[in-house]
Amino acid sequence: MLFWLAAWQLGSMALGQRILLPSPAEALVRLGQLAVTGAFWGSVLRSSLRILGGFLLACCAAVPAAALAARFRPVRELLAPLVAAVKAVPVMSFIILALLWVAPEELALFISFLMVFPPIYLNLLEGISRTDPQLLEMARVFRVPLSRRIRSLYVPLTLPYFRSACSLALGLCWKSGVAAEVIGLPAGTMGERLYEAKIYLETPDLFAWTLTIVCLSVLFEKAFLALVDRAMRKVGG
Amino acid sequence: MEVRVDRLCKAYDGKPVLRNISLTLTPGVTCVMAPSGGGKTTLLRLLMGLERPDAGSVAAPAGARWAAVFQEDRLLPWLDAAGNLRFALSGWDPARAASLLSELNISLADPKPVGEYSGGMRRRLALARALLAPSDLLALDEPFTGLDAENRGLARECLLRETAGKPVVLATHDPGDAEALGARVISL
Repeated sequence: MLFWLAAWQLGSMALGQRILLPSPAEALVRLGQLAVTGAFWGSVLRSSLRILGGFLLACCAAVPAAALAARFRPVRELLAPLVAAVKAVPVMSFIILALLWVAPEELALFISFLMVFPPIYLNLLEGISRTDPQLLEMARVFRVPLSRRIRSLYVPLTLPYFRSACSLALGLCWKSGVAAEVIGLPAGTMGERLYEAKIYLETPDLFAWTLTIVCLSVLFEKAFLALVDRAMRKVGG
Repeated sequence: MEVRVDRLCKAYDGKPVLRNISLTLTPGVTCVMAPSGGGKTTLLRLLMGLERPDAGSVAAPAGARWAAVFQEDRLLPWLDAAGNLRFALSGWDPARAASLLSELNISLADPKPVGEYSGGMRRRLALARALLAPSDLLALDEPFTGLDAENRGLARECLLRETAGKPVVLATHDPGDAEALGARVISL
């Protein structure tokens, strides 16, 4: 980390033009200046709520979808091309298309949902499908109710799959969500600030906002995975 | 409670495993004896309805509940003994479970996940689970595998006491089991 900060500093000094590459200190100073304004926190809050809202909605949709797809083959076959298409189509195509369907304010939520759903759904489907058939048969013989089978068998065995999907999806939702805001330009969001930094060639602003987005992404990933880890310890998975 | 088996046949990949097996399970222990690969596990699985016979039939009273020790322990390795019993048994009695486990040299209060148990301990816990389960019939597939002489004796005592009045079918290749349990013997 220190090596790359030093490389950044040296690169900035070598170029000598803050418009091309501001130094880490300049970016941090600009971040400090932004962080004491209410507008900064307003933008952070608005963007975070939409992007994480999309993430949580995708989780809520992917869990029952994966459960139904694992149980009923037609559901799996129905969803397969849809999920494959969402995975393959460039996120920019979705953003431009979605601008026709939803208001710019909802764009980040929609795109974040779209990017998060496939990895969560596919990983959960894999986890459920790999549940030990011998344990399932044992549960059948002992007539274990479905609710208990879900709580004590499926949940512990699929949580590691859910965790790895979340780790991937949390990075994806920030990247795609902010990209959607840069295109859709909803008022008072981080995407709009990034766009303004580009228009006015305020490169330190661009770095300060990028740093903010990276920090938020890492912070939320660590917090969410800590919650999943806690759940895994609780169920013993 | 009786289970009638009539001319049961089962083959895997065209290779016959069971041919025209007919028997009646009545209360008490029935030992099914055969060498390894002789169809003991297949017979137990057919009895419990886990597989369909190629021919013949199994007639058990409607709604009859099976409890089983499978060829594998089939315990949830991340749960402790109490967790495993709580998972498999509806309306379990912790006091009765603690007493039975203690007879089998397992502590119900042990918080260790069963994945860390020895093979013998896991086998005894799997047996305890079957004995504690509310059931009308029991299918026990080599339930004493991996037990030393002392634990094998304790397990046999518990089995006889806890299954009194119920039909029990026990797959084994040890003639000592049938003798110690006073069981009827069916050789495949």
